[in-house]
Amino acid sequence: MTQAASCHEPAPARLRDHLPARPQLVLAGNPNVGKTTLFNALTGSSAKVSNYPGITVESARGELALPGGRIADLHDLPGTYSTNARSAEEQIALDAVVGLDGAPTPDAVIVCLDATQVARAGYLLLQCQELGARCVVALTMVDEAGAAAPSARELSAVLGCEVVAVTARTRAGLDDLRAAIDRVLRSERRALWHWQPGPELRGRLDAIRSAMPDAWRSDRRYGAALPAADDALALWALTCVEPRTGSHDDDELQVPDAVRAAVIAEPAPRDDEAVLARWAWLDREIPPLIHRAPDRSRTERIDRILLHRVIGFAAFIGVMTVLFMSLFWWAAPVMDAIDRTFKWSGDQLQGVLGDGVFTDFLVQGVIGGVGAVMVFLPQILLLFLFLGFLEDCGYLARVAYLMDRIMRSMNLHGRAFVPMLSGFACAVPAIMATRTMERRRDRILTMMVVPLMTCSARLPVYTLVIGALIPGSRWTQGLLMVAMYLFSVVTALVAAWLMSKTVKPLKAKRLPFVIELPPYRFPRLGGVLRMMWGKSSMFLREAGTVILACSIALWALLYFPRHMPDGAPDYDALVAKAPTQEAKAVLLADKQALQLENSYGGRLGHTIEPVIRPLGFDWKIGVGIIGAFAAREVFVSTLGIVYAVGSDADAGSQPLRDALHDAKDASGKPSYSPLVGLSLMIFFALACQCMSTLAVIRRETNSLRWPLFLFLYMTTLAWITSFCVYQGGRLLGF
Amino acid sequence: MTSLAKTPLGRTVTVAAVDGARAFRRRLLEMGLVPGTAVRIVTVAPLGDPLRIEVRGGQWSIRRAEAAQIQVEAK
Repeated sequence: MTQAASCHEPAPARLRDHLPARPQLVLAGNPNVGKTTLFNALTGSSAKVSNYPGITVESARGELALPGGRIADLHDLPGTYSTNARSAEEQIALDAVVGLDGAPTPDAVIVCLDATQVARAGYLLLQCQELGARCVVALTMVDEAGAAAPSARELSAVLGCEVVAVTARTRAGLDDLRAAIDRVLRSERRALWHWQPGPELRGRLDAIRSAMPDAWRSDRRYGAALPAADDALALWALTCVEPRTGSHDDDELQVPDAVRAAVIAEPAPRDDEAVLARWAWLDREIPPLIHRAPDRSRTERIDRILLHRVIGFAAFIGVMTVLFMSLFWWAAPVMDAIDRTFKWSGDQLQGVLGDGVFTDFLVQGVIGGVGAVMVFLPQILLLFLFLGFLEDCGYLARVAYLMDRIMRSMNLHGRAFVPMLSGFACAVPAIMATRTMERRRDRILTMMVVPLMTCSARLPVYTLVIGALIPGSRWTQGLLMVAMYLFSVVTALVAAWLMSKTVKPLKAKRLPFVIELPPYRFPRLGGVLRMMWGKSSMFLREAGTVILACSIALWALLYFPRHMPDGAPDYDALVAKAPTQEAKAVLLADKQALQLENSYGGRLGHTIEPVIRPLGFDWKIGVGIIGAFAAREVFVSTLGIVYAVGSDADAGSQPLRDALHDAKDASGKPSYSPLVGLSLMIFFALACQCMSTLAVIRRETNSLRWPLFLFLYMTTLAWITSFCVYQGGRLLGF
Repeated sequence: MTSLAKTPLGRTVTVAAVDGARAFRRRLLEMGLVPGTAVRIVTVAPLGDPLRIEVRGGQWSIRRAEAAQIQVEAK
């Protein structure tokens, strides 16, 4: 057995007498090795999930209690197979392990090793050891491996670091792991290489090491000079930095110019040397410790059904139907109840406070805005309940396998299927669901097309327009509705393909699409509920506040100024003299309509009229479009106010339909022909009429750039398409 | 020697070499698809692509075009 320590420092581990006041720990490991479960078990309720600054990678941090009452910070890294960066996620893993680019230098690294796949998981461990991390191995999935699990003691002797078998579910081994972490924290740092570079590689590493900036050097990062750890970082640079050959695959790497120059000074080496040497070592040392092959027969039996050509596809359609129906139908009553509750509370408050500007602010602005945020919760909770179970049991990876052929033709990830399907219900939870894709590029591309899907908020708009303006039988009207759904699917897929070809950050990289199909496992309710709660609270905290602020701003836009325009009739006097209740209601609706027209939003409707005139829209639709920014269905109630049929008009309201149908412009011709109706539906299908979508994309991408891009491209697309439909239709004589 | 994409279903073969661009190749090697490793195509997805392969006791989904970059030989 080659227990080779570093060629630079064969010295045995010595003990440190002082520990840092608050040790920094990171948790690393491959995907699907039970890392998150272990993280939850170690940190309990202290975990906080947030985004890394500037990028869309989630980061979980929590506190871990060490023996003796000391508290350490534990940072859960994204699951990764290697520290060699090809993506933002892997760059984070490297930075966190070695303490580069603003990340604190970790005092120890806990590496999760899947007991059913020790050799493969061991690759990441070797890299961490070379980089000079104090490593502790948490051997997970021991219960699943059964007799196939290696003995922790033997494994520890071979790997040259502490190994603790843990079962997070039963909490077995957690105290041993804490004790092992405590011991490792007291040990002297060393860089452990299990293989030796050949002379050629050695020379290149020396050259790159001498070009490294101070911040990269181990004496700066670790407080002790470890030449072998510096070599490992030089090896990382040598492996990952590409000569600038026009392919910008390594754009995300943070590499100083001097290092880049040293790397590309000579042609790229056969960089497999390090990879092959690590695997040669693993393939030699690990198999003798594994006495039996892990039993995959249960997974194999299930896959024979779920991945079957016919039955598997039918099962897939069944699962997706249940998911979709639950978002569409099961969430609806709860959403209605939330709506009613907030309306009722508003009415109660109105009753207590009496009429007035402040009451309207509280009732319509604040309570209405909070309601607008809360109404998303049922769908978010349901979607993540499903996703959590599907991910936990291993089916989500199979969805990608089954759908890859279709999604790939549009350069989308196979896993984009579930978010896009959810987009038929609502873009907000669907955008949050893009988290199940590992790569940032796949996530953002999906986010950019999900809002094109026909969400349920568009339905009231379509229903109203079809009912009021589109002639024909129920059949043709129904067909038009189906056509709108198909239209949205086609535009979303074509948009994905076009963007993946033209928008640089969204271009497909030449990386293998290799996904693991993990063994089927029983989902853990605790973990799923925890994730549901985490996603929902993060939505409320980070996107909800933005949505609330926008709601209040929109309310103010359509509410102020309160004074009536010059020459307006004195409605209050008229109302007082009104002979009947009906006459009073008509007068009040007229007053409301005039007030809306006179509001800043109403004036804005007039201002944008020249822009939307070529699409066949007048200022009244303009005001509706502005109001619909709060949520598309608000278009209906805003038009209800504009046409003085009352703010509680819904899509089925006959007075509103009649008002639209009978509306005349200044010259006495009907304002809205069927062609205008079609143009309006196309506009709503394509335009980004939803502040909540923009708010949640801002949160998910941690940037203003992507929501802005989405808004501009969708609105431009909507305008141009509606323009072509309306003007083309007129040329054809409609 | 032939490519993994042309290997018949169910037959176990050995990786001889991984071709393709540097980053692509390194990713597959790092996941453990190094020369000498045994691979078996378990099934093909219902739509004809990707392939489900068994490597080192785990199962992966890999696209046909990518499997074509992996040279294999009979075991």
